[in-house]
Amino acid sequence: MSDVVISVRDLTKRFGDFTAVDRISFDVHRGEIFGFLGANGAGKTTAMRMLCGLSYPTSGSGTVAGYDVRTESEQIKRHIGYMSQRFSLYNDLTVWENIRLFAGIYGLSKTQTEERATELLDRLNFSSERNTLVCSLPLGWKQKLSFAISTIHRPEVVFLDEPTGGVDPVTRRQFWEMIYEAADGGTTIFVTTHYMDEAEYCSRVSIMVDGEVRALDTPARLKQQFAAESMDEVFRTLARGAQRGE
Amino acid sequence: MGVIDVHNLSKSYGKVLALDRVSFSVGRGELFGLIGPDGAGKTTLFRLLTTLINPDDGCAEVDGCDIIKDYLSIRKRVGYMPARFSLYPDLSVEENLQFFAALFGVTVEESYDLIAPIYKQIEPFCTRRAGKLSGGMKQKLALSCALIHRPSVLFLDEPTTGVDAVSRNEFWDMLAALKERGITILVSTPYMDEASRCDRIALCSEGRILGIDTPTGIVRGFDKPLYGISAKNMFALLERARSEEGVEDCYPFGEKHHLVAGEGFDEERFKAALADVECLEIVSTEPTIEDMFIKLMRR
Amino acid sequence: MKQNFGSFVKKESLHILRDKRTMLVVMLIPVMLMTLFGFAISTEVNNINVAVVASERTDGVRDAVERLSQNGYFTFNGYISQDEIDYFLRSGKAGAVVVFASDYDRRVEQTVAGVATKPIIQLIVDASNVNTAASATSYLQNILLGTASQQAMFETRMLFNPQMRSAYNFVPGIMGLIFILVCAMMTSVSIVREKEVGTMEVLLVSPVRPVKIIFAKMIPYFAISCIVLVTIMLLARYLLGVPMSGGVGGIFSLSLLYLALSLSLGLLVSTIATTQMAALLISAMVMMMPILMLSGMLFPIENLPKFFQVVSNIVPARWYIDAVRKMMIQGLPLVAVWKNCVILIGMTVAILSVSLKKFNDKLE
Repeated sequence: MSDVVISVRDLTKRFGDFTAVDRISFDVHRGEIFGFLGANGAGKTTAMRMLCGLSYPTSGSGTVAGYDVRTESEQIKRHIGYMSQRFSLYNDLTVWENIRLFAGIYGLSKTQTEERATELLDRLNFSSERNTLVCSLPLGWKQKLSFAISTIHRPEVVFLDEPTGGVDPVTRRQFWEMIYEAADGGTTIFVTTHYMDEAEYCSRVSIMVDGEVRALDTPARLKQQFAAESMDEVFRTLARGAQRGE
Repeated sequence: MGVIDVHNLSKSYGKVLALDRVSFSVGRGELFGLIGPDGAGKTTLFRLLTTLINPDDGCAEVDGCDIIKDYLSIRKRVGYMPARFSLYPDLSVEENLQFFAALFGVTVEESYDLIAPIYKQIEPFCTRRAGKLSGGMKQKLALSCALIHRPSVLFLDEPTTGVDAVSRNEFWDMLAALKERGITILVSTPYMDEASRCDRIALCSEGRILGIDTPTGIVRGFDKPLYGISAKNMFALLERARSEEGVEDCYPFGEKHHLVAGEGFDEERFKAALADVECLEIVSTEPTIEDMFIKLMRR
Repeated sequence: MKQNFGSFVKKESLHILRDKRTMLVVMLIPVMLMTLFGFAISTEVNNINVAVVASERTDGVRDAVERLSQNGYFTFNGYISQDEIDYFLRSGKAGAVVVFASDYDRRVEQTVAGVATKPIIQLIVDASNVNTAASATSYLQNILLGTASQQAMFETRMLFNPQMRSAYNFVPGIMGLIFILVCAMMTSVSIVREKEVGTMEVLLVSPVRPVKIIFAKMIPYFAISCIVLVTIMLLARYLLGVPMSGGVGGIFSLSLLYLALSLSLGLLVSTIATTQMAALLISAMVMMMPILMLSGMLFPIENLPKFFQVVSNIVPARWYIDAVRKMMIQGLPLVAVWKNCVILIGMTVAILSVSLKKFNDKLE
């Protein structure tokens, strides 16, 4: 398999006469942490849905983990992981039950599940919390666990939707360390967020405005290009010209 | 004597200590920020000060009124925006505003001059249902509603959560304008980068206040040299850097890792020790509020 | 701040009007229930096959069977022997079996003369449908004891609804149910929605007393209930032909009292529930079930086990349904049900004071 894990060419999605995503093209490489940014309503959710195989593109093409987003959406779902801040784990199940559930969803065998669960809990120093209900864990722990579980089936790509909003700075660092570690191990990370400080952690970011990708580069080069102090400033410069509110 | 005076306020929910002997004071016309993650006790503090709940211990005054004894007088003079979306999604923009005006026994016209700079931006959509507004517009409407009775104190609980960067920036501009009109504002946010927009901030964590000062004052409290380091393989760098002598702390910080130098740290020696690391860069860097927060939390 | 009140009512009305689906359901449910209970589900005695066991077909027996077979609600299924009774009932060939005593004629004479009191006819009824069985039994008794003097004994049972038309009995029950649905359930859900969405926090942090907002909330639901009340009354009178001989005014006054009670119940539920789901469940389990089961709507209270008969006393709908039944069907005036009114007023005051006490203007 080539080094390119996500490849998108002129991907477009129209709802009636409204073009939610307008001919976007980009490549994401193995082990990269790719930030996918955009204001509310810029089309990033629609774009991400197409990449996850949840929405069929109107035109254009794309592959994720080597599978075509038009024809192989079932294969894609099996080879990606997904974690969102809004929904991640079942609060009324224990840590172990959550792990078993998601391992089951991705078709891991019993021994595989047991093996990876033990390894996962060890790595997080969670072994003592195996039978704790998720709702009684602190938020930061939940998020770390949630990320670990979203990679339990060793996916090629993990989609993270605003992963660290509202988390304390120390836990947040631990979270990003986990992401770096996963990326270092060859997993590609695709982060959507509208918090620009999250963007600073990415190896490359794209910024969507009005359905189009308006900028795509490393944070450092983007800041240089827009003569900006922070990604926040880069984003504001680009998004200020947005035509669509919602 | 401040407009908001809090003394040793404590509150528990069952076994969970949500607020642990918190004290601070906010002066008139001040824009005071409570900065901290979820679960820091910010919402509990807001509910106490807006008289929605009673404290277990300690006392507080808002605009000269005790939060327990004079709670009805407090409710007349404060504006409150809870963390959750607190408008009626099935009512239009205009209907929401009119309802909140009626709630406080005023008319929209009476307060129009105060809310105009904010409300004008959403007025073109005044017949649209509030539930159909974008995050930024909802927030502007909620702020207009909270201001409709010309409150002397404004309580805003995480007003910028879930709102994009452009709208967030605009929102802080609006708060600055309101402050100019003499309104005291207590605002909370989990985002450290918003702290610099406040006059003074309190860093909160797990029901306690870690430090109170102006944003620059907070940063000044960071008394150790700080470096930004980067390399081709950021993850490996983190592990390497931590094992070096004199490195007190090293953590990811956006594009670079921040390295807190403790006693016995020497930049040249550090570079020499990591000479085999590809594309190593190390530069002295200015600490931010987030660095200070991490330092305070680690203590 | 009197001028506020109007705008609160307006706001609540907007909520209701915007939610067209719920509105439609509320308006359609009474109509549906009335038609359903009035026509489809019924305890009416209709086409029940009756078999007869008589060792001697005397004149008296023949006379009784003649009356039975002429009646449109029963079909005479022929004479059978004692041994066949079980088979006929089990196979459904007969819904009821009438067994005449061997010396039937003589004992009838003795009974009329007041000499003997021993049973002379045995009725064996398929009671798999309790309501039909009960109706059939009393109707059969009436037909079989054909002589004038004996009929007088049973006359009171059948007088107000000689054909046992079930719709008559269901109209009060439907009223008892629907007002709880509209007032208690919908009010509690709409109050709890404000808690759930978070608007309640803002309402509480305002100089207006929340109780005032709550009362403003009740008014539109009260208005809807009044429309529903009129609809039900019109349907009852003109679609089902319920006599309403006790006077429409009385029924209205009593219903208004019941509406007030339902609204208080709604308020009580809203003080307990924190989510709309919980409010719905509490309303359904704690209010709807007892109304269906213990108010005399579906099952006559006299038929319930002793324990439930006692429990039924605390179900407000029981007293309301009982009173409406008396006024609608028996034609009694409002004064005649004063006891029910006093009980309902007492319940309203009790529930309202408890819920107002529980409803504080803090979040805890």
